[in-house]
Formats: sequence, structure tokens, C-alpha cells
Amino acid sequence: MAKDMMTRFELYQPADIAGALELAGKLGPDGWLIAGGQDSLDWFKDRAKRPGAVVDLSRIESMRGIRETDSGLEIGALATVTEIEENTLIKSRYAVLADAASRVASPQIRNVGTIGGNVCQDTRCWYYRSGIDCYRAGGSTCYADTPEGMNREHCLFGADRCVAVSPSDLAPALVVLDASMVIQNKAGERTVSAQDFFIGPDTDIERMTVIEAGEILTAIRIPNTWAGARFYFEKVADRNTWDFALVNVAAAIQVENDIIQDIRIACGGVECVPRRMSVAEDIARGSAKNEETARLAAGSAARGAVPLNYNHFKISLLENLVLRAIRDS
Amino acid sequence: MKDPTTYFPGDSLNEADPPGLSAFRSSRRAFIKGVIASGAVAASSGYLLSGCAPGEGPAAGSVERLISLNVNGRIRRVDVLPNETLAMTLRYKLGLTGTKLACDRGECGACTVVIDGMTNYSCSTLTHTVGSRSVRTIEGLEGPDGELHPIQQAFIDELGPQCGFCTPGQIMSTVVLLERNPKPTRDEARRALSGNLCRCGAYDHYLNSVMRAAEVI
Ligand SMILES: Cc1cc2nc3c(=O)[nH]c(=O)nc-3n(C[C@H](O)[C@H](O)[C@H](O)COP(=O)(O)OP(=O)(O)OC[C@H]3O[C@@H](n4cnc5c(N)ncnc54)[C@H](O)[C@@H]3O)c2cc1C
Ligand code: SF4
Ligand code: FES
Ligand code: FES
Repeated sequence: MAKDMMTRFELYQPADIAGALELAGKLGPDGWLIAGGQDSLDWFKDRAKRPGAVVDLSRIESMRGIRETDSGLEIGALATVTEIEENTLIKSRYAVLADAASRVASPQIRNVGTIGGNVCQDTRCWYYRSGIDCYRAGGSTCYADTPEGMNREHCLFGADRCVAVSPSDLAPALVVLDASMVIQNKAGERTVSAQDFFIGPDTDIERMTVIEAGEILTAIRIPNTWAGARFYFEKVADRNTWDFALVNVAAAIQVENDIIQDIRIACGGVECVPRRMSVAEDIARGSAKNEETARLAAGSAARGAVPLNYNHFKISLLENLVLRAIRDS
Repeated sequence: MKDPTTYFPGDSLNEADPPGLSAFRSSRRAFIKGVIASGAVAASSGYLLSGCAPGEGPAAGSVERLISLNVNGRIRRVDVLPNETLAMTLRYKLGLTGTKLACDRGECGACTVVIDGMTNYSCSTLTHTVGSRSVRTIEGLEGPDGELHPIQQAFIDELGPQCGFCTPGQIMSTVVLLERNPKPTRDEARRALSGNLCRCGAYDHYLNSVMRAAEVI
């Protein structure tokens, strides 16, 4: 039972972004932000992370809600995954995001977990999550990338000492919708495209996103560009509830007279970041939307993959998901 | 380095157990009984105070420990640590042990309670984040004279539970399902209860119970 007890921390509940930024700045690396806490509390209970102070963002009203804007939609970082799943605007214009939301975790976690927490969550590599001092935790070994390492869930692409993957189901959907992430720090606001928001171990092995200590993701903006396009989302996991994606795929396709005018496809679970299927997109663009195009494009999906001992199955899984995304959207 | 596959979280912590914890372990049951019998718990010390030296106050601007919680329609004053989960507060401070704790990791649903009309894992909710929202637990379902809620009755009539440990959570998920969707299909019910694991595998019996409850209420 002692192992389930979180170590002591101070808890702050600022009422606005300015208050949260000030706290985050003051606390530095000793502070930890929580929104819904669904990812964070596990870290604390396993005592793999032991922050001295926790800043609860959930009282910041301005970070809630889903609003229509001239250029599209603005989703507050505190919008829950259930709110995303049930929102009528998202369902009618950006169904790929609502579909992805419906496949996250379990109903209870979706009711509490936020979109901000979902895209900022840390990787699920269990060596790392159980508190081992691997590369990502500041050590000098990867325990997953060894001959005996249990790496069935790990990456096919982009390994650089660490072979962990992007765990989020919402991230690939946001990448294909070309969302931009609104980040605030004490100096002001900056926006980063969803594609550039996620970073791999080659950029920084200890972070999954560009967010730095002292910064807060306040909102996510979805442009009109892909509103009402044809969409596809599919997640393959061991169980339909709770389990993270072995591989997931999100796609947005604009079709005119049966010809694919434009297309974006991104997959989770295969790299540390949601992986754009750029070659498959290039092959499909300008071609008829049919089985033949889908097969041709999907054949490129796993090009360059470097499988680990136990994850070769992800290659055909990835190819098949890309095929279905193009054919069945 | 040990074989990483057999590593257990916390094994390598240099930190000794907090003072008082081992002494407390042996008296845990007595403590819980006392809490339930007296109902008064605000000043309880020991179990949850890991890492807190007695008398240590909060840092400036940090949460106040003595808070009011709206549980099953009653306002309860309770002393809550910053790092305390709602499951802990409900079970060990308010004596509401109908809410079960199993995985303590958001992976089973035994701890499901309703907060402002939505299901939550109370093991994965810091009590201080509840604020003024209303919490409903399995104890809050019975009528004024102790008669069972129609959903509880339907679960009995359909022999829903097997061992019964997951039942409070299954029922709380059903409460919310039927509030939001009074006439669900069996598939909708399956999805609504999908965040509640049952080690006995009584899923079909639970679905029968939900469908019967939807008929009677
Ligand atoms: C059992 C289980 C199963 C799960 N299954 C899935 C799944 O299938 N698919 C999936 O996608 N996710 C899954 N998750 C992860 C979790 O549900 C989601 O990540 C959830 O949306 C997290 O949101 P949160 O607000 O609760 O996160 P929190 O725990 O509050 O935050 C997560 C991280 O993001 C940071 N953060 C949060 N908000 C901000 C912000 N606004 N600005 C800057 N940083 C921020 C926090 O500091 C923390 O590091 C699962 C989690 C559990 C426990
Ligand atoms: S895959 Fe990354 S997170 Fe996992 S053990 Fe290796 S370095 Fe650590
Ligand atoms: S005890 Fe909360 S989900 Fe298992
Ligand atoms: S009835 Fe035994 S765990 Fe569900």
C-alpha cells in the first residue's frame, strides 16, 4: 500500500493563466502542472516523479470550452475528451477528432482527462514509467532496445537511443487537421503547428513536446481548411478500453470527381511523434480514390522502418491501416 | 542492475518508509473501524500523512486543508491533504466504504463515483480538485427509508454481480448512463460500462441488469 501513496506536495489552484504562469515560473523544475491529472497521478503514485509542488490548472475558466471563430474552431486546453467526443461542431466538421476522442482510454478517463493533457502526456514505455533511470529519465541505457527488452509496443521509426512512441490518440487527428497549438509563457504567446509541437529524442530525449518548464498550452486552434473533408480514424489496441494504440491512423482527404485533391495521413504508436505518411500522401494525391491507389500508397507506409525484436507485426498493421484510411474514408 | 522486467516500482527508492507508517500498518483495520463508528475524522493522523511532519503547515498560497465537500447531498467538513485522492477521503475519512479501491491506477472502475453528473475514477481524482461540485456515491442511491434504488433492485433481480466487488462501480456507471440516455440499446450500455472491469466476468449479467433497470425507471 505504501507504494500507492504519493509523496507529499504542495497544491496550488490558480484562478487565471497569469497566476499559473507565475507559479510555474517560480517553481521551475520542482513544479508540475495537472489538468485532469489522469496521466500525472500514476507517475506520483509510482513515485517515479516526485514534484514538490503541483499546479492544478482546472480552475482557469478561460482555458475551458470549445468556440467557433472566423478561421475555424478554438478548443480550450481544458476541454475534456468527452466534450470533444460529443461536441456537435466537431462531430459535423472534424469527425476525425471526435472519433479519435471516442477511442481514448475509458469513459471515466475521458470525462476528466483534457485535450491539453492528452497531447502533453508522457510516453508509456513501462521501463521508464516504472521509474528506471533509462535514457529518457536522464540515465545512459535504453532497457527496451536490448535483445531481451520487451519492445512489442515500441517504435519502427526515428529511434535515437530511446525507442518509445507517441501514446496519444488525439495527436494524429490534430496533425491531419493542421491544428495549431497556442502556448503561453511570461513573455507572451506563440503558436506552433501540431506537426512541430511533438518532438523526438533526436531533438530532446527528455521531452515529448516543445513545451518548456514555465510554459502552458492554453488552446488548440483548428483551421477551416479540412472542415467537412472525408475522414478516417482507426485504432488497434489489445483491448478496446484502456489500452493504448499499438498503431492508430488518422486521415483527412479532399475528393473531387473521385480524384484525391489533397490528403493528410498521420499515425501514432510507430514513432516518438505522430508520423506523417508523406510518401503515401504524395502517391495518393491526384489519383483516383480507389483500392488500387490505396494499395500503392500503403505500400510505402513502412518504408524505412527499423523493427525491434518484438514489433515486426507493426509493419503490416501500419500498411493495412493506411490502406483502409485511403480506401474506406 | 536487476532484470528490468521484474523490477517493481519503488524497489530502488532509498527513502525509508515515513515515520509512523509501519506502526500504523498493524492498526489499519482498527483505525478504519474507528473512523466508521465515529464518523469523525477531520483530525485523523497517521495513514495518509506520509511525508508530513506533524504541525507542518502549507506553503503560502497552497490549498487550505480543511474543506467542505458536497457528498450525497450533505456538506461534509473534512481535513484533506494536498496529495489525497477522493477514494481515500471517501473511504478512510468519511467512512463511505461502498466505493471500492482496487487498482488505484484508473484501470478498473471499482472506485467509480459521480461528480456533477459524470462518472469519475475517485482513485484518480485529487480531492482538492472537486471543489464545490457534488459527489454521489453508491451510499447516496438508497431512498429515505433505506429502500434500494430501482437500479440496485434491477441488479439484484437479474443476479448481476458474482463476487460483488465491482458492483458499486458498475451501478454508478449505470446511474449516469440512464440519466443521459434513459432507453439505451444493449450496445450503448456495453459502451457506457466499458470503463468498469469485472474480474468475475459477469458482464452479460450486468448488461441484463442495466436493460431491466431501463425498463423499470
Ligand atoms: C489507464 C489509462 C489509459 C489511458 N488510455 C489512453 C488512450 O487509450 N489513449 C490516449 O490518448 N490516452 C490515454 N490515456 C492517457 C490519458 O487519458 C489522457 O492522456 C488524458 O487526456 C490526459 O489528460 P489529463 O488532463 O488528465 O492529463 P494530466 O495528467 O493533467 O496532464 C498530463 C501531462 O500534460 C501536462 N499538461 C496538462 N495540461 C497542460 C497544459 N495545458 N499545458 C502544459 N502542460 C500540460 C502535465 O504537466 C502532465 O505532464 C490513458 C490513461 C490511463 C491512466
Ligand atoms: S524506450 Fe525510451 S523511455 Fe523506454 S527504456 Fe528506452 S530510453 Fe527509456
Ligand atoms: S481503483 Fe480506481 S480505477 Fe481501479
Ligand atoms: S462481480 Fe466479481 S469482479 Fe465483478
